[in-house]
Amino acid sequence: MTNSFAEFEKASMFLVIGSNMSQAHPVAATFLKNAVSKGAKLVVVDPRKHELVNYADQHVQLKSGTDVALLNALMHVLIREGLYDHEFVTEHCENFDALWDKVREYSSEWAAEKCGITSGEIVQLAHTLAEADSAMLCYTLGLTEHVTGTDNVLSVANLQMLLGNMGKRSAGVNPLRGQNNVQGACDMAASPNVLPGYVKVVNPEVRERFAKFWKVDSLPALEGFKMPEMFEGLPEGKVRGLWIFGENVANTEPDIRKIEHELESAEFLVVQDIFHNETTRFADVILPAAAWGEKDGTFTNSERRVNRVRAVSSAPGEAKQDWWIFKQIAKRFGYEWESDSAQEIWDNEISMLSPNLGGIKYHRIENDGLQWPCLDENHPGTEYLHKDGNFTRGKGLFNAVDWRPPAEVTDEEYPLILGTGRRLHHYHTRTQTGNSEGINDLMSEEKVDISHCDARNLGIEHNEMVHVSSRRGQVKIRANITDEVPHGMVWMSFHFRESNANWLTNGNAFDPVTMTAEYKVAAVRVDKIQAQSSEQEIA
Amino acid sequence: MIEINGKACSFEKGDTVLDVARANDIDIPTLCHLKDTTPTGACRICLVEADGANNLIASCDTPACEGMKVQTHSERVVAARKGILELLLSSGDHYCLLCESNGDCELQDLSIEYKADGRCLPETGRKSSVEDSDALILRDFSKCIHCGRCVKACNEIQMHDVLSFGHEEGSPKIFAGDNETLRESDCRFCGECVQACPTGALLEKKALGKGKVRDEQKVRTTCPYCGVGCQLWLHVRDDKIVKVTGVDEGLPNKGRTCVKGRFGYDFIYNKDRLTKPLIKQKNGEYKEAEWDETLDLIASKFQTFIEESGADSVAGISCARSINEDNYQMQKLFRTVFRTNNIDHCART
Ligand code: SF4
Ligand code: SF4
Ligand code: SF4
Repeated sequence: MTNSFAEFEKASMFLVIGSNMSQAHPVAATFLKNAVSKGAKLVVVDPRKHELVNYADQHVQLKSGTDVALLNALMHVLIREGLYDHEFVTEHCENFDALWDKVREYSSEWAAEKCGITSGEIVQLAHTLAEADSAMLCYTLGLTEHVTGTDNVLSVANLQMLLGNMGKRSAGVNPLRGQNNVQGACDMAASPNVLPGYVKVVNPEVRERFAKFWKVDSLPALEGFKMPEMFEGLPEGKVRGLWIFGENVANTEPDIRKIEHELESAEFLVVQDIFHNETTRFADVILPAAAWGEKDGTFTNSERRVNRVRAVSSAPGEAKQDWWIFKQIAKRFGYEWESDSAQEIWDNEISMLSPNLGGIKYHRIENDGLQWPCLDENHPGTEYLHKDGNFTRGKGLFNAVDWRPPAEVTDEEYPLILGTGRRLHHYHTRTQTGNSEGINDLMSEEKVDISHCDARNLGIEHNEMVHVSSRRGQVKIRANITDEVPHGMVWMSFHFRESNANWLTNGNAFDPVTMTAEYKVAAVRVDKIQAQSSEQEIA
Repeated sequence: MIEINGKACSFEKGDTVLDVARANDIDIPTLCHLKDTTPTGACRICLVEADGANNLIASCDTPACEGMKVQTHSERVVAARKGILELLLSSGDHYCLLCESNGDCELQDLSIEYKADGRCLPETGRKSSVEDSDALILRDFSKCIHCGRCVKACNEIQMHDVLSFGHEEGSPKIFAGDNETLRESDCRFCGECVQACPTGALLEKKALGKGKVRDEQKVRTTCPYCGVGCQLWLHVRDDKIVKVTGVDEGLPNKGRTCVKGRFGYDFIYNKDRLTKPLIKQKNGEYKEAEWDETLDLIASKFQTFIEESGADSVAGISCARSINEDNYQMQKLFRTVFRTNNIDHCART
């Protein structure tokens, strides 16, 4: 996030794209609703009519996967009508002409047709945005889990720069991060292309600096495999040893059949986790790890705040700290790593290597955490980025992009779009929530959300067991007839094994840059279960 | 300027007498008042005496005005507060002996301070009327003083609009939905109401029977679920978490949590946790192993792969749920020891 959660309170407008915040980031949603009740404007852009829509001034119910078309058309209107922030664009941005060249092709009429909305809605939104003093744009995986995820993200940045909604309080681009520490995992460079501090592995000077710090003669120069490439490398034998730390990939990767085939063919698989799960079934070695509540350390939240995590219980049996396990392996290869606690790893290594984290030390984050960039120990941390329009690279760069349709489109056989995500009570594959007392009681099974209209056409009743199938597989699941999804769309989570949406999702469609899978669009069909007993299965 | 107990205090337009007193560290008790919500004036315990006014005034909804002179603990005020407490106590069943809130109850604290015990008035309230319909929150209506904090917490802070003031058989009752159980209503189980309740009327069930508040330690941590990163107090008794509350002034959540942060902590005590390294045997069964033997096996396998097929034949997937330090350490292992950049995590789900 370029802004902070505390800035929600003073925001004059929110544009929420592809983020069902009340379910996925519930506490953030409460601050947003508080601000709206005090007069802030809210526009929700989403195929689904989720809870925030009840608070919205406008709901742009576009078709799944048409975000870039909409965003380009919005910019088209803003530029054509001269409604954008000329001063900000001239002083702080580059490449405006290229942007205009691109978006001039995207009339609101054209985009409206692609998005399944009216051009009036697009013009109205453009005007609302232009009239607002400033606006916070918030998005979640509804924007990124598409083959065009990177383009979508570039487009929202384009829009906010064009409106001058950058570099000030309550105005910016705000991805609400899904997992508690996904921001941190990125910051720590658990990524195949960068080293800590987001510096590129292909840069020799950078490698030299890190090699020196880590006391090794050299570091690998080529970018590594991204996750999907690792899995695909297993059957081929290109990847012979895979180590999975804490991710239940057998349930979370798209197309379960595919990922299970890949895991099965692994020559040697290490899985390090806190419970047995679908992924440990494929492991050659299972390592028991300490869990949250049993470790000291830090998480970094969506607003770049590094917060302390503290141990209160000891890990059960012989379960160990994860950092300790990695250290023991290094030792077996002849490396003696000095740091011997999470605090030493942070204070003496991480914060030394990454300039943005340089001022963050454990003794400074005893209470509230600090937000990076935090350059030295007197630095107060940074509430919002790009202050006064100063971008990291100098000027903000417009990246004009074209709209591309989703990888899989509906046809006669698979006429419905499947969207996927999380629900309020559970988290991912329920390794944690499913094992916490009382939470399964609140939500004990998954249902597929389907519109009244589609249910009627298929002759399906509320709570009836149905089959949902895609080109990848089929699940049996109860139908939940709801206004939340529009005609032509169904929606499921991946919390439960049998009814997991990932039996259906597309395992071959990725954003070309990030290799993020297109979880949000798969073509599916819903069928009545014809056999004898479908009547009895109505609860 | 206004004068409180003889002390001159400055104020801003819109400040209530209570705001000014709190800003100047002058104690005025409250029960119904809840920060960041509109005042209800329901409990009257914040009464003060103001020069020139015949009646005592509720400081939480009286704006400060120039020249005002206020007494917060005059004889009249103290007697009135005691009277209110007597009424509250007699109108319910405040049997502290087995109450989970014993020792952590604002009503109890004030009763002690004002020497009220409710025994001088006839008992009027409902007896043991408990709603026990779900596994997480217990509502004990006999301990409810109708202060309405829970209503404010639900409707103005979390904005779930589940709770409201109602009447049942002639007595006031806090309704969930249309006088339903929480489970039947639209309750999200965020627990904000429980955190706001000044008595034992709303309790976290998982904490019941797990020791006493006075033996408790509070440890601050960060929620393990979503990217908001809520700041939580872990309430620890006998080295185990028994409940979780939000850190009131902590950023970013200012005391708020959702159902996962508040109730999703005890997975760590589940008996199915992995406790020993396991190595798969030829027959497909897993055998418990010692750490040394397990780590040796991993090291030798990885060593072989790297020697035979190059460093890029090994790969690692790190964990976006775990701490920074673990993520850092894993990428360091792959880069400096195995010498490959084949390290990733699921930033994408
Ligand atoms: S738990 Fe949350 S939603 Fe339920 S009644 Fe309490 S405040 Fe309202
Ligand atoms: S349940 Fe608690 S917070 Fe709600 S009105 Fe009763 S005493 Fe007050
Ligand atoms: S309490 Fe809820 S909103 Fe807050 S970090 Fe945890 S999961 Fe997210």
